[in-house]
Amino acid sequence: MVKKASLEKLFAALKHQGKTMFAPLLKNGKVLYDITDNFSEIASDYIQTTQSAKAVVFPRTEKLFNYTKEKEGVTIKDFDPQSVPETVLWGVRPCDAAGFAPLSAIFNWDYKDNLFNTRLKNTTVIGFSCNKADEYCFCTSVGGNPGSAAGSDILFTKLGDTEDYLAEIITEKGQAVVAIAPELFEPANDVEKEKYLANVPVKFNREEISKKLAAFFESDLWAEQSMRCLGCGACAYVCPTCACFDIQDESHGKNGTRVRCWDSCGLSMFTLHTSGHNPREVQSQRWRQRLLHKFSYMPDRLSVYGCTGCGCCSRACPVDMNILEHLISIQEIKK
Amino acid sequence: MDELRNRAKELLESNTVQLIIGYEQGNGNKTRAVFIEKPDHVSKLIFDSRCIQNLAVYLTKAEVKKKGKPAIVAPVPVLRSIIQLAAENQLTNSSLVVLGITPDSKLIEFKKLEEIENFLEQFKIEIEARDKEILEKLDQMTPEERWKFWIDELSPCFKCYACRAACPLCYCTRCTVDDNQPQWVPVASHQLGNLEWHIMRAMHLAGRCTDCGACADACPIAIPLNLLTKKMMEDMKGYFGGYKPSLKSGNLMSTFKPDDKETFIH
Repeated sequence: MVKKASLEKLFAALKHQGKTMFAPLLKNGKVLYDITDNFSEIASDYIQTTQSAKAVVFPRTEKLFNYTKEKEGVTIKDFDPQSVPETVLWGVRPCDAAGFAPLSAIFNWDYKDNLFNTRLKNTTVIGFSCNKADEYCFCTSVGGNPGSAAGSDILFTKLGDTEDYLAEIITEKGQAVVAIAPELFEPANDVEKEKYLANVPVKFNREEISKKLAAFFESDLWAEQSMRCLGCGACAYVCPTCACFDIQDESHGKNGTRVRCWDSCGLSMFTLHTSGHNPREVQSQRWRQRLLHKFSYMPDRLSVYGCTGCGCCSRACPVDMNILEHLISIQEIKK
Repeated sequence: MDELRNRAKELLESNTVQLIIGYEQGNGNKTRAVFIEKPDHVSKLIFDSRCIQNLAVYLTKAEVKKKGKPAIVAPVPVLRSIIQLAAENQLTNSSLVVLGITPDSKLIEFKKLEEIENFLEQFKIEIEARDKEILEKLDQMTPEERWKFWIDELSPCFKCYACRAACPLCYCTRCTVDDNQPQWVPVASHQLGNLEWHIMRAMHLAGRCTDCGACADACPIAIPLNLLTKKMMEDMKGYFGGYKPSLKSGNLMSTFKPDDKETFIH
């Protein structure tokens, strides 16, 4: 158990240890993770952040290595794991923390991605359970819940209108945080945590949807659902599990940098071949890819679903493409 | 509303059009685009002050065009985009039926693009006072202060290109930023990449932007990126007499005039 006032002290203690502190900050009416030294800057009243926290472990633009062309051959200055700072992600919602598992599965599928793994290893996740939810939330339909500790190193749950927070220490990293300021933590008496959590009703059965989707590849459904989709990457870029990227070289004369940049299956160029052929030439095929990847291909290949029910994509979509609505309508198809 | 639905139904039943592009109720308090092909479905159509998405963006999409001739529900911002698209040879009189909606929510059907152009005469594009104030503040800043303002605003951009996708005038099937041989604009959404993208976007819209606001509305992280296009609009007033949607006047940045006051043109 910790008192509300102790949270600020804990934040300061972590900061004092030299950790890079990422927390949700309010900017232009949106809640975005950014580096801050100032606890009072942290947004408090938010259902979910606009963007997921994934950028901390999988930055939108990431330097893979530098290169210099020389008379004979090329010199490469590779990624240095030492350059990754010890980071604390503060204020992560359970549905966002749940994204680290599918991300890890993708980045360790066959090749073990040193950049991602180093960043994740150096990141401590301080989760905060949800006391409230909105109509976009559906964590309980995809294996999560508003008080789930999965993915967090410590999970705080606000106990109603009191000044008390239940602190669940989940991992060794969590214990290390407690060890920095043990005086801030006190033993919890019997606390009925569930009583304080948001009510998020189950809306569909994901296993059932997964099974159904495999047979829907050629359905008219995709065109019907995606006609209004504009084909931007907003849904993928706010998503806690979307991990597609594009490799680019930024060269300046003989020197250059190879960078990894976020990419999205919703963008028309994503699958464009050099020949000019595009196997996903219309938006409906791209929308189908998005749902099938999350609910069919990922569970098949990686034994993990690619959706945590955070609702970030639906809130961010400029044209009200609502993943929950579309999943429910798939569930309702009789077959 | 009934008038709109009835007319839409007639248009579909008589096969004058094969598709209605309009607004329907979305999730929660949202409204969204709807594409109606069956006369029985016209009851989905709604129109109220929440219907602010610029539907003209769908007129140039291949998937939509494939459905046949559309009728489009068009409040004033959509009408402006239609005229600009026609001026750029993306639409003709026979491409569509325009179900105009007046600011007091009355249906006004246009037979010809010229009628829309005339109708729009009474609705001059005015930058809102709130935005004007910000633009004036920006003007008064030192270059260093202005630089800081834009770096601060543009740095969260992750290049989802929702601004591009939502803009009716960004209809190129291949955008300059997607070219990589040569690569004109960095793909990465770092400081330089973001700055170049937003400046390029604004420049490509100079003299074409109708100030509908779709780009800024679409931005998932609420970057006030249409301040750049608004600034262009304000600057143009002084140099070229301002922008209004017109079928004939041509685009500011792509019009050749032998008597241009700039000497480089000769």
